[in-house]
Parts: sequence; structure tokens; C-alpha cells
Amino acid sequence: MSPMTTMPPMAKTAQWMKKDLLGLRELSAEEIGLILETAQSFKEVSLRPIKKVPALRGKTVVNLFFEPSTRTRTSFELAAKRLSADIVNISPQGSSLAKGETVLDTVKNLEALKVDIFVIRHAAAGVPHRVAQRTSACVINAGDGAHEHPTQALLDLFTIHEKKGRIEGLNVSIIGDISHSRVARSNIWGLTKLGAKVTVCGPPPLIPTQIESLGVSVTYRIEEAIKDADVLMLLRIQHERQEAKLVPSLREYRLRYGIDQGRLSFAKPGILIMHPGPVNRGVEIDSAVADGPYSVILDQVTNGLAVRMAVLYLVSGATRMDLTEGPAP
Amino acid sequence: MSEPLLRPAHREGTRVLDAEMIRRALVRIAHEILERNKDSQKLALVGIHSRGYFLAQRLAREIEGIEKHPVLVGALDITLYRDDLSMIAPHPIVRSTDIAFDLTHVDVILIDDVLFTGRTIRAALNAINDLGRPKTIQLAVLIDRGHRELPIRADYVGKNLPTRLSERVEVYLNERDGKEEVAIEPQVTATDVPL
Repeated sequence: MSPMTTMPPMAKTAQWMKKDLLGLRELSAEEIGLILETAQSFKEVSLRPIKKVPALRGKTVVNLFFEPSTRTRTSFELAAKRLSADIVNISPQGSSLAKGETVLDTVKNLEALKVDIFVIRHAAAGVPHRVAQRTSACVINAGDGAHEHPTQALLDLFTIHEKKGRIEGLNVSIIGDISHSRVARSNIWGLTKLGAKVTVCGPPPLIPTQIESLGVSVTYRIEEAIKDADVLMLLRIQHERQEAKLVPSLREYRLRYGIDQGRLSFAKPGILIMHPGPVNRGVEIDSAVADGPYSVILDQVTNGLAVRMAVLYLVSGATRMDLTEGPAP
Repeated sequence: MSEPLLRPAHREGTRVLDAEMIRRALVRIAHEILERNKDSQKLALVGIHSRGYFLAQRLAREIEGIEKHPVLVGALDITLYRDDLSMIAPHPIVRSTDIAFDLTHVDVILIDDVLFTGRTIRAALNAINDLGRPKTIQLAVLIDRGHRELPIRADYVGKNLPTRLSERVEVYLNERDGKEEVAIEPQVTATDVPL
């Protein structure tokens, strides 16, 4: 175990007052710092012989995933279990959603069962926000359309900070399908709030116009994106994009933007290679790089658990705000 | 003999221990720990965040000075084991538990600055239970101020300090507070949740 590595004192004055985590856009740098610092403490729990603490004993978490997910769903499930919460997984197949029930009706029904926290993933942007307005339970966005995926960005920030000791002043290049990526969007909000310099790179049809308005630079040349980068954040190229003719072929993408060892020869020493997974080996990243010394892809997965424990802990503490005065005598 | 019924109220921030008295109390506790635990190689000092951890480090230095061998020191955060966690909002900040050694078969000296209701110690005992199975767990505190709500007592006490429930005992240590004293303050503020 590392000896008392602590996050910078940015969280000293911060307190978590939000019942939901919907995106990084609406968080302050202090709030992000508080989550990262809390996650630092939670990381140790998973290294214990008994990987469980009683913090959320008696709370009920529902994983409401309207899109397929293994990594994020499992990560939330283990995070809840390690906090001693009870967790139920619901997917549209085999639920009343398949019978035409609306999302809000599903949520209201689950709420009637006294659920404390909803973890929601949906293909449409804004669904977790809409649900959050209609429920007194906590809502955590586990990915909504191409909008935000806050816990992924938080675990990326945590991993960068853990490996580099800081985030401010680092050059981070995000490479791939920026247009359709909620991971990219959340990371852009988080990284720029914490003072990193973000460059996005990819084929022109996959880079949104006016993305510069989010405070990032754009390049279409991979060498440019690699040259000064401290961190390369690769995104998954989805096969659907090829069908939609946004990239000519996966082979073409690999030739222009794939990261192999040859391209890394331009990189700064100690560059971090990150990927939110699942990895398309041989498309956006070569196996030699994915498994190589600069890759922190599996550290991201490990840290994701600690970050999600921290988020569950913090949001669940904000729910009982109305009860802080105590019951009437 | 029982405490006098009418005790003069402590003025704002009455100092009850100064730096030298704190030092002497810790030296005595270090000797008492060694007197009770014959095999000092098997000692592990576990301090409860934050001031308990500083006291643990100081006690370790004292014991190392006497026994001439290093002593294991760890930090324990009990936040996740609090019995009032579901009643406090927002949730308190969680600090790192850092115990880089196996607790099984060792004599753990659990260290905190102030023993009050005993609820922190109850939480600490549960936390330690999840980390291993020590041979013994003993409790050392700088101040015992009374008002226990659980059947817990300290094995080593720097100073027994009779207090009123409404009073507040503040321990200031150089490592964190830039000064070194123990004081009694008259009022419990709204933010002061006793645990």
C-alpha cells in the first residue's frame, strides 16, 4: 500500500451537496477534487482481506441499464456491494420496459419499492436528468447518449492524477470519434476545469464543428496530437460508424489514427495510454501498445471501482438533507 | 468521592494541558504500554484520524527510543463505520486507512485523542475486525472526558478530565494545529457532532 498519498488540498473546503451526479459540466473543480480525494480513500478498501465496509448498509441501489454494458454495470455493482448496499440489476430485455412501459413509470414503480439510488444508462441524452427531476432518490448518470459519462471521466482524471501527480498543465490528447463520444465530452469538461490542455484529434467527420468552444484545440494529424502529449486518451471506433460512412474503413482508420509502437516513437517519455474500453485491438490501438509499458488501461478499470464507491457514498449523503434538523420532539 | 455538584464553569478555552504536560503523559503511556506488553516486537500502534495518528507516531518514537527497534504504526479512518452515517448530511470526508502490515497475532494499541461517548472506538473496533484478527486490542487516549454511551474503557489515559456534556474538549497538536495544548471550551456548536 502506498504511504499516505493524498490528493492536492483542493477539496479542503468542498462539501458534497448534490443528490445526483449527472455530468461533469455542472460540477466545480472543488467538487471534482472532493470526489477524487474520496476515491483515494476508497481504493484501499479493495486491497483489504475483507473488501467491504458498512457505509451504505440498508441502502438500495438499482442499476437501470437501457444499453448493454458489462464493465460499467459490474463496476457499479461491485462498488455498491463493497459499501454493503443492496443492488438490483434491471435491463430492458425481460422487464416491463419491453412491454412498453415508459422510463419514468419504471422509475416511479421502483421508487415505490423504496430505492435510494438509481444508476442509469440510456441511449438518449438527458434521460438521467429527466429522471432526477422526477424522483427524490439519487440519480447517477452511467452514460446518456453522446452527452456525458461522468464516472468514466472521473476515473480517467483519478488515473492521470495517480500516475502523473497532477492534472493542471498536462497536455491531454483525445483521439477518435469525438462526435459520438460521451466519454470525450465528460473528459473535456473535467480536464479543462482542472487546468489540463486538451487537444482532440480524429477524422474530420468525427470531430464536431465548433468543438473549440469547449476550450479545446483540434488537429486532424495524429503526429500533432502525439507530439507534446502527456496523456493519450483513445476512444473506441464503433463498427456502426463505418456503416454510416463516417470512416471509409477500419483499416483506413488504423492507418491514419491507430496507435502503434512506431507512432509512439514521437511521444514524450512517460506518456500515458488510456482507453475506456472495450478495446478494438488492431484498430484504434495495437496490442503491443495496449499491453505495453505506457498503457494504464487496467489501472483505469481498478480505479473505476474506487471512484464509483466514492460517488455512491457522496450522493447518498446528500439525500437526507431535509432531515439534518432531526425529528421533531 | 463524587464530583462537586457546582464546579466553576470553564472560561473560554481554558487550557488544561500544555505542551510539556502532553509530552510527559505520552512518555508515561509509552512506559505503561511496555510494562503491560512484554514482547514489544509484536506491538502495532494504530491511530484514529487525524490526531490519534499523530499521537501514535509520537508514542512509536518514544517506544523506539526505549526498545531500540522500529514499531509498526498505522492510520485508521473510521468514517465508514460510524453508526450515525445514515443520519448525517452531507456525508463526512473519508480519509485513508493506511495500515501496511498484517494485524493478525499482533497486540494493537488503538490510539485516539479524546475518549468521549465511546462510539468512535466501537467503530474502530469494527474496522479493525475487517482488517485482521489481532491478539489483543488495547486503547490509549490522551484525554478521557467521561460521558460514555457504550461499555468501553481506556487501558492507558493521559489525563482524566471531568467535563459537562455541554463543554467541548479541544486537542491541538503541532502537526496539525500549529500549537500544542488541550483546552476546554464552554459551548458545543451545531457543527460539533460528538462521536
